[in-house]
Amino acid sequence: MNNDRKDHTVTTKSLSSSSAAVQLIDLAKSFGSVHALAGLTMEIAKGELVALLGPSGCGKTTALRALAGLQVLDRGQIFVDNKNVTFLRANHRNMGMVFQAYSLFPHLTARENVEYGLTLKAHKTPPAVRRARGGELLDLVGLGSHANHFPHQLSGGQQQRVALARALAISPKVLLLDEPLSALDAKVRTQLRDEIRRIQLELGTTTLFVTHDQEEALGIADRVGVMRSGVLEQIAAPIELYERPSSAFVAEFVGLTNPIRGTVNAGSIEILGARVPVLSGSVKSGTGIALIRPESLNVRANDRGTAKVFAASFLGASCRLAINLADGTRITAQVPSSDARSLGAGAAVDVEFKPMPVFVKDVK
Amino acid sequence: MNQTVQESETGSALRGAGLRYLRGKTAYFGVIPFTILIFLFLLWPTYSVVVGAFKNSEGALTLSIIKSALADPAHISAFKHTLQVSAVTAIIGAVMGALFAWAIATSKQDGFIRRITLSASGVLAQFGGVMLTFAFLATFGFNGLITTVFAKSFPHSFLARPDWLYGIVGLCVVYSFFQIPLMFLVFLPTIDNLRPEWREASNSLGGSTLEYWRRVGIPVLTPSFLGAALLLFANSFSAYATAASLISQGSIITPLEISSALSSETGAVNPALAKVLSLAMIMVVVIVMTLYSLLRRRVSKWER
Amino acid sequence: MKMKDRSLLVNVWRRIVLAVVSLYLLLPLIAMLDFSTKVGRHMRGLYAWRAIVHQPDLISAILTSLELAIIVVGLVLFVVVPTVVWVHLRLPRLRRPLELICLLPLAIPGIVLVVGVADIYRWISIHITESPLTLAAVYAMLVLPYTYRSLSAALNAVDVHTLAEASRTLGASTYRMLFGVVVPTIRSGVMSGAVISIALVLGEFTISSLLNYKTMQVQIVLLGQSDASIAVAVSLASLIFVFLLLVIIPTTTSRAIEVLDTDE
Repeated sequence: MNNDRKDHTVTTKSLSSSSAAVQLIDLAKSFGSVHALAGLTMEIAKGELVALLGPSGCGKTTALRALAGLQVLDRGQIFVDNKNVTFLRANHRNMGMVFQAYSLFPHLTARENVEYGLTLKAHKTPPAVRRARGGELLDLVGLGSHANHFPHQLSGGQQQRVALARALAISPKVLLLDEPLSALDAKVRTQLRDEIRRIQLELGTTTLFVTHDQEEALGIADRVGVMRSGVLEQIAAPIELYERPSSAFVAEFVGLTNPIRGTVNAGSIEILGARVPVLSGSVKSGTGIALIRPESLNVRANDRGTAKVFAASFLGASCRLAINLADGTRITAQVPSSDARSLGAGAAVDVEFKPMPVFVKDVK
Repeated sequence: MNQTVQESETGSALRGAGLRYLRGKTAYFGVIPFTILIFLFLLWPTYSVVVGAFKNSEGALTLSIIKSALADPAHISAFKHTLQVSAVTAIIGAVMGALFAWAIATSKQDGFIRRITLSASGVLAQFGGVMLTFAFLATFGFNGLITTVFAKSFPHSFLARPDWLYGIVGLCVVYSFFQIPLMFLVFLPTIDNLRPEWREASNSLGGSTLEYWRRVGIPVLTPSFLGAALLLFANSFSAYATAASLISQGSIITPLEISSALSSETGAVNPALAKVLSLAMIMVVVIVMTLYSLLRRRVSKWER
Repeated sequence: MKMKDRSLLVNVWRRIVLAVVSLYLLLPLIAMLDFSTKVGRHMRGLYAWRAIVHQPDLISAILTSLELAIIVVGLVLFVVVPTVVWVHLRLPRLRRPLELICLLPLAIPGIVLVVGVADIYRWISIHITESPLTLAAVYAMLVLPYTYRSLSAALNAVDVHTLAEASRTLGASTYRMLFGVVVPTIRSGVMSGAVISIALVLGEFTISSLLNYKTMQVQIVLLGQSDASIAVAVSLASLIFVFLLLVIIPTTTSRAIEVLDTDE
């Protein structure tokens, strides 16, 4: 155990020095009439893990591939460690990439796959060093015992670990992950996602992680960038994105929301008896739809309550309640299970809103 | 009373078991017509050829026919020629066909060119031997298109004098014509299976195009390529119709020898020799096909 | 931009390969057209093509081959297909032997098979009939590998076993399951197998010539010895016919496979 720690420290040292800061400036790329990227600008600090989140077709994969050098841009510039790499070929950019699936070379064992980068002219390493490094990385991803297995003998999760080790073997300046978990089972997905974060933190590699799963993005990133139609809607720390979304799209894409009507005036809105400030980007005045998070609602049993629970799902630590308000609006509240004892289907309740700023979108 | 009940229960249980056994086997009745067909026209003929090579005219088992066949230099040289033609056309077909497949694979998936070439190759690969002969006679034969063009402009070139067409060289050229589309059809799926992720992974890891091909592309393609080449070899080896319709004189390859042993114009029919030669052919083809299936098995493990 | 330059070079090389191979493959076809339309030294005419219909032996041989094709397709549809499907569904232990048997014709060259069936066909022509239509039996053997392959690909592509079981648990009879579920699913495999069979039968020469039956190819060769133009014309015509067949079939299989035809 102690020896493992030491090895990792060696690796950590040798990798973190090669980590780089990234700048994407006004990237644009169209495929015919489809604008995959329409002016994307963002930065990734050295050692940071940024997740690009968005629905399919939003351009996140195009952005990643552009950074990798696998996608030619129509416009824009890419800087890595203050060096302009926009016109540099992929094999000169020293970035490690993990694809969604099927990227392992089928005719090589796990170990040979991992060592592949180090056998290339670009990263020429003496065989002894190469073998040591390959072994180190396979241990890092927990596959030391599978070193001599071929990809078809490994499960999907194991293959992705090998792919990760392979990408890290060349001590890349930036680690690029293109929806690496999308093709895996749910359980494997959560396990592997935490592993990736742990390794990334240990090695301090600058990382760009593309995904359409918001739970994934929020769970592991330092900052999350939400993309739509080729542009960045908002990029911020997960909690920031969650509590202070800057647009209706971000508010609705990240986490669940309850749309509740109300009227905005003087920068505030009344929701379920509480008057709260509206976030910037919201409707300024007049009728709007406030987007309320389920856990910001308090639900209390009250025989003379105006709202009624029509379904309750027990999720373990919390309970999700589907409630019909007096005016007919249907909302979802999330409460700790201990508070939900008497709140079964049919129960009459009072619903209260915990005062916090909300985002109010247009009625249309 | 109890005993009688017990007995009758046992009795009906036995009967039930018997019926159940038969009922379980009725499914097998469904394959009877098929079995009759393949037995009469495939299994028995194969057996009779293989065993017949060891039987003399009295029906006794002997190696004498085989020995006398081996002693005749004509048979040896015909067999050698057959192997040569097969090898040459397999190589030409494999290389050209692979290049062609690569050129098509890199074009659009459902594009017009791809569909047309797929259909055309399907036809050309099934091109009956006779049609092939006439196609080449029309091109390189005595009144052929190329022949007349070259006779006018380059009267001394070999293309103006088509004797070569009717011999071993001609066979090689003509056979290559169907080997190339066949290779294309067999090899295209393999090239399609070359995942773009591999190329991109190699690129992002720092590999050049050459390194990718040398370390990944070629090694992955090679088993399939060799397998396909073996298929081409077997295909060329077994061919008869083209040679029969093209070469009117002489039995320069084994299939032609077999046909003359079966039904010679001079009346000297030698069915036993036909069987010996057939046995030789079967052995070669079986070896080649076995190698082919071994290669395929290894590759199919990768192709998921 | 270097990346763009490289893909341009690849494109050019690709075009060259395509052009060279296409030319190579088209040349003999063009030559056939040229040859069959030559009349005398400098004139062109469709004499050879028109003469096709005036060759009684050729016409009857063509008819024979067409009839053989139909019979073989019939054998495939009513003997081979049901057997393969049946084995797939009910007799899984026979699946491997069946596969080996169906691939056997690939290991037995036609010229060798004819040596083996010569005795049987002699017996048939003496005791049953002299008709060349008896060739259909051995032809069915020749097409086995191709029909088996397309059938088994179709059966594996859609998990027929699961479909069959599902339809049974829903209450379908065996008949309904076979013809309502299985057959529509494997239709594309059956079709391509049938088309390949037709092409093979029409192009077959080895066995029929050595058994002295007058099929189309045998007659063409005979004709070629007296009038090459007509022989070339017929060859080209049959080639075009088979090409059209093969072109039509892929377009029907590109339609979505209808799994459950609830109107039946």
